[in-house]
Amino acid sequence: MSQGNMRLKLHIWRQKGASAPGAMKTYEVTANEHMSFLEMLDVLNQELIEKGEEPVAFDHDCREGICGSCNMVINGHPHGPQRGTTACQLHMRTFKDGDEIFVEPWRARAFPIIKDLVVDRTAFDRIIASGGYVSVNSGSAPDANEILIGRDDAEEAFEYAACIGCGACVAACKNASAMLFTAAKFAHLEKLPQGQVESDRRAVEMVMQHDAEGFGACTNQYECEAACPKEISVTSIAMLNRAYRRAALSSKS
Amino acid sequence: MQSLLRFLGSTVGAKFLMALTGVLLALFVVGHLSGNFLLYKGQDAMNDYAEMLQGLGPALWIVRLGLLAVFATHIYYGIRLKRRNAAARPVNYAHEDTIQASFASRSMILTGLVVLAFVAMHLAHFTLGWLDAEAYDLKQTVQRDGQPFERHDVFGMVVAGFHNDVFVILYAFAMVVLGLHLSHGLHSLFQTLGFRHPAYTPWIERIGRGLAWVLAVGFLSIPLAVRFGFIAAAGGGDAG
Repeated sequence: MSQGNMRLKLHIWRQKGASAPGAMKTYEVTANEHMSFLEMLDVLNQELIEKGEEPVAFDHDCREGICGSCNMVINGHPHGPQRGTTACQLHMRTFKDGDEIFVEPWRARAFPIIKDLVVDRTAFDRIIASGGYVSVNSGSAPDANEILIGRDDAEEAFEYAACIGCGACVAACKNASAMLFTAAKFAHLEKLPQGQVESDRRAVEMVMQHDAEGFGACTNQYECEAACPKEISVTSIAMLNRAYRRAALSSKS
Repeated sequence: MQSLLRFLGSTVGAKFLMALTGVLLALFVVGHLSGNFLLYKGQDAMNDYAEMLQGLGPALWIVRLGLLAVFATHIYYGIRLKRRNAAARPVNYAHEDTIQASFASRSMILTGLVVLAFVAMHLAHFTLGWLDAEAYDLKQTVQRDGQPFERHDVFGMVVAGFHNDVFVILYAFAMVVLGLHLSHGLHSLFQTLGFRHPAYTPWIERIGRGLAWVLAVGFLSIPLAVRFGFIAAAGGGDAG
């Protein structure tokens, strides 16, 4: 075997469509340690196409860790074993020759499977649409800079805004809760003066939509934070808990 | 009012109630253990305390009913959340793994139900006297205003109760389970109530876990102390 090559046994979830039954199927593939995880799947798919079989469907777009598309649970870890890394940025040198790798889609009632590893994450879009925005017109860049924002607050807002909406938090959570996503999208606005105007309504509407989508409840195990490729802090969840409690207890209706 | 009801119907609100009732139950556990420690002081101290509690009359019933309501809320919402969470992932992973969730945090429903079963047994044992009627009927005679006065001998009942190894083992097991339950709950509730701080949270977690095991070991020490003769009825060892 040539330099850096490895023979792998893959167990991949195959499912023809949303309502079709699915099952784990085993494949063998030769990959190189310099490949990304997705490139290794590309190699497998090329072999499947040449054999006249259906290639494994998986979402991917930028392949540079910022689009949040390449969603797969690798050996029980969303985006694989490496912290702060999306599946496309995960390199095969993380594995070794002879490894067995399990590849599964995000598992959540709110993320129905479309095909193989591809899930429907429009539930996230509906959570954003429910309140994850500001209604005020903040103008062009120079206008926005009229409002002074402390550096620490700006940095914290940026950290929450780094969420790429991939859904790894849901996939990692033992309760398939989307609290880290919802809280990150709430918190990045909460830390800025433009966001504080609609804070109460936002907290209520986003949690309500989160619940309506059928996500589970947070039990403070912090699997989400550990699995998040952007390493978003669960401090955002405490912030959302606090904001929603305040909104509920101070509401005039 | 409407918004409050909507809050309590949401996952965040349900968790808020779990945390709030959890705090009250933890305070009860601390109070209960403080009372139990009178067993180390002796028969008179323990029985005086028990007699004082019984003498509270209506106030005792208000506390008992309040405690029951808190307990019921904690259990109802706990089961409701668990069912919701289980439904949120209908298909499990073929290769399941955990990154950092503690064993205690993953077994809250199980440890909670074991504690519930224990509370039922404990009430039947020492409060209602169904499981050991002979020990429950023990009386202590004290002098009051120069007259002999007969009162419930709680000290004697506990000492007699823990001379039965089956109870010692059941209580010891239940206290380890309670320790596990509290070792997640006592710090997790701060996050649910929205309190998280870069400097304080690591200490809240350490102290929460530490306190959970201090409480568990405190309770556990009593059946063991009786069983190995450190707490014994006046007049000697195994007379109980």
